[in-house]
Amino acid sequence: MKISDKFNELKKKKEGALIAYICAGDPTPEATKEYVTALVRGGADIIELGLPFSDPTADGPTIQAGIERALNGGMTPDIYFKLIGSLKVHIPLVVMTYYNLIFKRGLEKFVKDCVSFGISGIIVPDLSAEESGELAGLCKQYDVDLIFLVAPTTTESRMKRILAEGTGFVYLVARLGVTGARKDVAASTRELVERVKTRTPKAVGFGISNGKQTSEIIRTGADGVIVGSAFVDIIASGKDVPGRLEALARELKDGIRSANK
Amino acid sequence: MKQELKQTKFGKYGGQFVPEVLMPAIEELTEQYEKYKDDPVFNEELDYYLRDFAGRPSPLYFAKHLSKEYGVKIYLKREDLVHGGAHKLNNTLGQALLTKYMGKKRIIAETGAGQHGTACAMAGAAFGISTEVYMGARDTVRQRMNVYRMELMGTKVIQVKSGSQTLKDAINEAMRDWAANVETTHYMIGSVVGPHPYPMMVRDFQSVIGKEVRTQIMEKEGRFPDSIVACTGGGSNAMGIFYPFIEDDVDLFAVEAGGSGMKVTEKEALHSATLCTGEEGILHGMHTMVLQNKYGQILESSSIAAGLDYAGVGPELAYLADTGRIKPRNSMDSEALDAFHDLCRLEGIIPALESSHALAYVKKAASSGELGEIVVINISGRGDKDLETVMGMKK
Repeated sequence: MKISDKFNELKKKKEGALIAYICAGDPTPEATKEYVTALVRGGADIIELGLPFSDPTADGPTIQAGIERALNGGMTPDIYFKLIGSLKVHIPLVVMTYYNLIFKRGLEKFVKDCVSFGISGIIVPDLSAEESGELAGLCKQYDVDLIFLVAPTTTESRMKRILAEGTGFVYLVARLGVTGARKDVAASTRELVERVKTRTPKAVGFGISNGKQTSEIIRTGADGVIVGSAFVDIIASGKDVPGRLEALARELKDGIRSANK
Repeated sequence: MKQELKQTKFGKYGGQFVPEVLMPAIEELTEQYEKYKDDPVFNEELDYYLRDFAGRPSPLYFAKHLSKEYGVKIYLKREDLVHGGAHKLNNTLGQALLTKYMGKKRIIAETGAGQHGTACAMAGAAFGISTEVYMGARDTVRQRMNVYRMELMGTKVIQVKSGSQTLKDAINEAMRDWAANVETTHYMIGSVVGPHPYPMMVRDFQSVIGKEVRTQIMEKEGRFPDSIVACTGGGSNAMGIFYPFIEDDVDLFAVEAGGSGMKVTEKEALHSATLCTGEEGILHGMHTMVLQNKYGQILESSSIAAGLDYAGVGPELAYLADTGRIKPRNSMDSEALDAFHDLCRLEGIIPALESSHALAYVKKAASSGELGEIVVINISGRGDKDLETVMGMKK
């Protein structure tokens, strides 16, 4: 399913999107299948599946630990695409990974693999708009979304450039720093949502972990909420993981629905 | 062949592969560095600190006994005599001064064995700027004297307990800190690595080494050397001594750590010879040569010398190796140790194990004629920090 189709569908229902991140292969590829199903049951609209990289400099300690568990569990790009191909879900899937894994596989092969195994979008946290030309061209050619991040520190001139390059949705970094669940939602979020002027849907991520926050975020005018660390924390605990992933997804989605766009 | 600062790449290498949260800080740094790098007031102040604080110029010493032993005329560039015992301070003084000019209040850095961290602590104290250094928890135990040294100079050493608790994790944490505090904080990178402008900026600050050699060798020999040999991890001492000679007829040898052999597994390499054996990749914000497996996962590198133990290399070195301007070579742990003992015994100079790799290559290659008649070796640091390692290697 295309990301834009999902956002259009939600728009008709006047609903924001819940975008859930987990790291593929954390702790095993088999577990990931089960967890994805649980997240979908709980109400996730889009799933970001991390393809683990050995040096994840843009991630916080929680996700870094998940990435390490996945690598220790034997996750590789080949296994990743096989896993994606075996998932029986009817929502958009997005790959989040670092540029070296794409570069090493070959940009075109990577994008083609995304198309043939059922990935609708690509997020590369260490790929700046300045360096993205070649990948953006291929994504356009093969009709895969290339999703960019904007931060509170992003200048106006950079903002224009990023919004011109990105498709699918824009990933708004709610606060400075890297991924990791925190207690409150920054006031800068509303300001950032207002600053990002585009028709592409806006999804806010970083530091979001409960239904109260997702409700607040949607009220700022965002079209979606991205949650990662809170799910990865549950996976790390190893206790009743599918049940708790589903329950958290439900809480987050209920929060989104309560904001009643 | 010299690159303009406005360009972010060296051929295809270099660039700015960083999270968006850091891009504004990188842009600001690029702009400010361009503004000050040729500013007379900035450079006058930097010269003052390099001279009166760091003790520059460092001597170029004719190593009579070593020349006889190795069979080639050897001059040593004595960066081991710079304050702190290594070339690292050249860069941190430059960046700390830039921090002051940019109006930032805080310096952060990462350190592996503690050499760069110590140089940051010295520069931070000299300019009165609050300095915090991230260091893997395992490294803080292995290098506790360096931790204490930094603390004595007022630097806060932050132990990193995530992941492997070594340099790689310290880099991750420092990046996180910078991302969260870009408005007030300058991130001090210790080598010619990372996103643009760091590789160029650090090279420029380290170029004082090569500039001095140009004058000193003319005084002593009335001509340039046939070759210059420097050890290479990230490559800051190498670029520092090479760069001023880049357009001259001087052969430049970058000697990497051959470790305990060229063996590589899915997860680790027994060496750190990135230029010699690596492949193109993207790591720590730059497109360069890296040690990686077939999927692009970065390998754990290895070397007896902590300062060479890095799975990447400066992008300009990757470019210069591609064009054939520099010649990548390597020395094994055991060869470096032999050369370490040679210099101690013959000249009364205890070199860093890093620098010993350069010495070892000269020992190996002198008889082949590859190095010509006059060689300059960069003694990038002193070896006091390595004594425990060397003692441990004695059977």
